[in-house]
Amino acid sequence: MTENSERRVVSVIVVNEASVLSRITNLFSGRGYNITSLTVAPIPESKYSRLTIVTSGSVRVIEQITKQLHKLIPVLRVYEHADLVEKEMAMVKFPITENLSDINTLCEAYNGKIVNVGDNVVIAMVTDEPKRIDNFLAVIKRYNPKEIVRSGAVALER
Amino acid sequence: MQITGAQMVIEAFIAEGVDTVFGYPGGAIMNVYDAIYKQNSFAHILNRHEQASIHAAEGYAKASGKVGVAMITSGPGFTNAVTGLADAYMDSVPLVVVSGQVPMSLIGTDGFQEIDAVGISRPCTKHNYLVTDAADLPRVLKEAFYIARSGRPGPVHVDIPKDVTAQIAEFDYDVELDLETYKPHTKGNPRQIKKAMEAIAKAKRPLFYLGGGIINAKATYEVRDLIHKTGIPAVETLMARGVLSFDDDLLISMLGMHGSYAANMAMSETDLVIGLGVRFDDRVTGKLSEFAKNADVIHVDIDPASISKLVNADFPIVGDVKNVVNEMLEQCEYVNPDNYESWRETISNFDELHPLTFHEDTDRLKPQWVVKRVGELLGDSANISTDVGQHQMWAAQFYPFTRPNQWITSGGLGTMGFGFPAAIGVKAACPEKVSINFTGDGSILMNVQELMTAVEKKIPVINIILNNNFLGMVRQWQTLFYDKRHSETDLSVQPDFVKLSEAFGGIGYRVTTKEEFDFALKDAVEKNIVAFIEVIVERFENVMPMVPSGGSLFNMMLLEKKETK
Repeated sequence: MTENSERRVVSVIVVNEASVLSRITNLFSGRGYNITSLTVAPIPESKYSRLTIVTSGSVRVIEQITKQLHKLIPVLRVYEHADLVEKEMAMVKFPITENLSDINTLCEAYNGKIVNVGDNVVIAMVTDEPKRIDNFLAVIKRYNPKEIVRSGAVALER
Repeated sequence: MQITGAQMVIEAFIAEGVDTVFGYPGGAIMNVYDAIYKQNSFAHILNRHEQASIHAAEGYAKASGKVGVAMITSGPGFTNAVTGLADAYMDSVPLVVVSGQVPMSLIGTDGFQEIDAVGISRPCTKHNYLVTDAADLPRVLKEAFYIARSGRPGPVHVDIPKDVTAQIAEFDYDVELDLETYKPHTKGNPRQIKKAMEAIAKAKRPLFYLGGGIINAKATYEVRDLIHKTGIPAVETLMARGVLSFDDDLLISMLGMHGSYAANMAMSETDLVIGLGVRFDDRVTGKLSEFAKNADVIHVDIDPASISKLVNADFPIVGDVKNVVNEMLEQCEYVNPDNYESWRETISNFDELHPLTFHEDTDRLKPQWVVKRVGELLGDSANISTDVGQHQMWAAQFYPFTRPNQWITSGGLGTMGFGFPAAIGVKAACPEKVSINFTGDGSILMNVQELMTAVEKKIPVINIILNNNFLGMVRQWQTLFYDKRHSETDLSVQPDFVKLSEAFGGIGYRVTTKEEFDFALKDAVEKNIVAFIEVIVERFENVMPMVPSGGSLFNMMLLEKKETK
């Protein structure tokens, strides 16, 4: 139990059928594995969906996670690669009274912009690596964000 | 052909060659029971509790090597069955369990006898289905049987809403299975096998570690061959009893928490563990960091997730044990049995130092004697089921097993109440053998209603109740580790077991001497009806040797030596 825990991204291709998501999440909770984030969407023009799960654990735990996932009947493939292109999206709601040009400039540095303007608030959106999203969210604290939502990571191996 | 969903269940069972179904009817499964009423192809055994139906199907599956089948209704019928599903899942028992569900229109409305059955069975089945269209049933049922028996076997649960069993659709069971996402890996990697054989040839103190997977893979005789050709000694797990015959010179004994001194010492001193169909359960390994500390590990298993889960495998081989062992047999010329002469001698010295035995008592019967005596009287002619506790360990230690599928026990889940219904299933599968259930005064009351099943269907299970007026195994731990505080384990207040059996129409014996026991067993076998043989045994007998939970295999508590005069 003293083995080093590290962050890993696991991609899972599953048959897109009823209750498949709960099979996956049950497995994680039942065996005591962590889920940092989980995204899922159908793969276009196929009967499959792709899940991207960000998890953490020792090498042995990660190996067990991939093996146990693969054991589930509707799971076609499990990828656990280190060499990934990984992206995450975040949306943030700011009061309209904040310095919008500063906010917009910051967003641009993180592949984003202000995407919606209302009577009292604006919504900004950025897309970047999860670590950079962390940075962005730390930096924009001074502009009094009212609400933040992160999408969870998606990834493709290079 | 166009038939109802209920008829499809029957037709699928017939196509799969099912001859016995265990179950209990109820509202949501009535359409299927109506179809059962109208057919003559298979027998239905009505258990008196759904948990017992699943255990009976497990007993049937373990004794026959075929898929066990059970049928239950929704809600409480299903929840009663969950313990059985979990038991089958832990011990890799192939089952197909069909449950009724409320009609589709009521799902999610908290309808009468509604429960999210697939939600509950998900973590304790190999796979499960909620069938929402009768047109899917032929495929689902065929997949269910295939998934249950292939790869690492396990229970598959099929939940069918009542209106789906009434719905008419096309039935064609000759559909090709297209399971793109499920392809068990059955053939071991030849290069890995070759490397493993080279490691065996080089090892000085190799040891076969045999598990229940060998019995599931029907690989017993191949494994016996391999062991005899290589001259390498073997230990068995609880689930592997019978892989080697009790009188095989190369069988050391069972290992683990209540394994023999020689078996546990051999595992501690070996330089190469050859694990076949095992999973390094904590009851086997004791303290992991001290387990087979100086050994390399060859691990053959059909389930990749079992390999390097707890103990790192130096030679991992994913595949069906039978295939892999056949491959190994072809490369046996590498291995010279004479090389292990001194290792075999070391092991027999261990065994002479602390043999697996017990002390006779002139006043009271010893439970171990009872097990041995049944072995002497019935031996190969009996199949042995057990409940869970001290009696289970004594049966595993002292019964002279001669063949696979002779030993039916709840290993992984450790389910009290397993034995009696399982023994009913065993008798249904193997009517020519005597079906014995070793049980305790605690366990037997957990499915005692099965007396009615056995009487009604004339299934002559002989239950040997080793009565020590204690929940014995827990009492043993309390004695050893809780300073003799016997909290809630004293079972002195008991039914009259003889009258209890008789009240259902069975036969009962209460014995206190060896002569009485011999008479009772012979009489019960002759009378050929369900029996309770209550044996009054020494109250405070402990199962020995014992590796305390979390301890190292080589640190055993041993049977105290008796002073000889």
